[in-house]
Amino acid sequence: MGLEDKVKEIIVDKLGVNAEQVTPEASFIEDLGADSLDTVELVMAFEEEFGAEIPDSDAEKLTTVGAVNDYLKEKGFDA
Amino acid sequence: MARLTGKTALVTGAARGIGQAIALTLAKEGADVAVCDVERDWLKETEDGITAQGRNALACAADVTQADQVNAAVKTVVDEFGRIDILVNNAGITRDTFLVRMSDSDWDDVLNVNLRGTFLFTRAVTRPMMRAKSGTIVNIASIIGVIGNAGQANYAASKAGVIALTRSTAKELASRNIRANAVAPGFIQTKMTEALSPEVQQQMMQAIPMARFGTPQDVANVVLFLAGDESAFVTGQVINICGGMVTA
Repeated sequence: MGLEDKVKEIIVDKLGVNAEQVTPEASFIEDLGADSLDTVELVMAFEEEFGAEIPDSDAEKLTTVGAVNDYLKEKGFDA
Repeated sequence: MARLTGKTALVTGAARGIGQAIALTLAKEGADVAVCDVERDWLKETEDGITAQGRNALACAADVTQADQVNAAVKTVVDEFGRIDILVNNAGITRDTFLVRMSDSDWDDVLNVNLRGTFLFTRAVTRPMMRAKSGTIVNIASIIGVIGNAGQANYAASKAGVIALTRSTAKELASRNIRANAVAPGFIQTKMTEALSPEVQQQMMQAIPMARFGTPQDVANVVLFLAGDESAFVTGQVINICGGMVTA
């Protein structure tokens, strides 16, 4: 499973949304119904899945699905 | 049916006193109870009391001031019991002395066990409770954290901190169906209060309208209420258990 699919799977699982809603442009809070605690949980789930450490200063920029994909690729976590 | 059937609990500082009474009361009401204290050997009596109720007991040694030991204890409980429904942060110490003679370590030791310890355990159970979308946390504060006391500035500050931590935990985790409340015991007969001089004890007695000291069971009964589903809409609250010593 590629990175983007893995990210999508985590988002679907954590936020209880449909996979079709998880587009690169989708904003976690505005489009996917996440609250601020959900976004923290998501970051923790990404950290766990990819063995990454995502500092808060980076995490606050990860507001959309695409931003997460780009960030993880940039950090070399592409599967 | 018992009030906590099918639930699992973790009680810190459960070797004796209030913590022991809480652990045994939760077990009596049907919960499987993990108990934690500094030395595993100290927990034997509490452990036996839990199994005597026909419940599962799990004893683990942990210094509540050490994150790695706290995290390991919580992991052990989750691994063994499958989840943690109820956390009771009870571990606490006193180093009573007047401010003018209070050492840095008198201050640090009390803040570390009472406040940092409560934070560390709360943080450690947050993830499993969030995942379960359910949980209750009961913190043992103190009436001294509400009204202050001469000779207990460190203890009072730590317990006031526990109250503020409780309220914040409640607000932060309410959307995840996790509740956090505190109890504030007044003068309860335990090894901790036995250490006070007869004069201080006499003074305390005069301030208690019910004219008796509390028992660990008096505290455990309120913790039981806050731990179970009967208090389902109660979160972020502090209940004084003090025989009327403080009424607001």
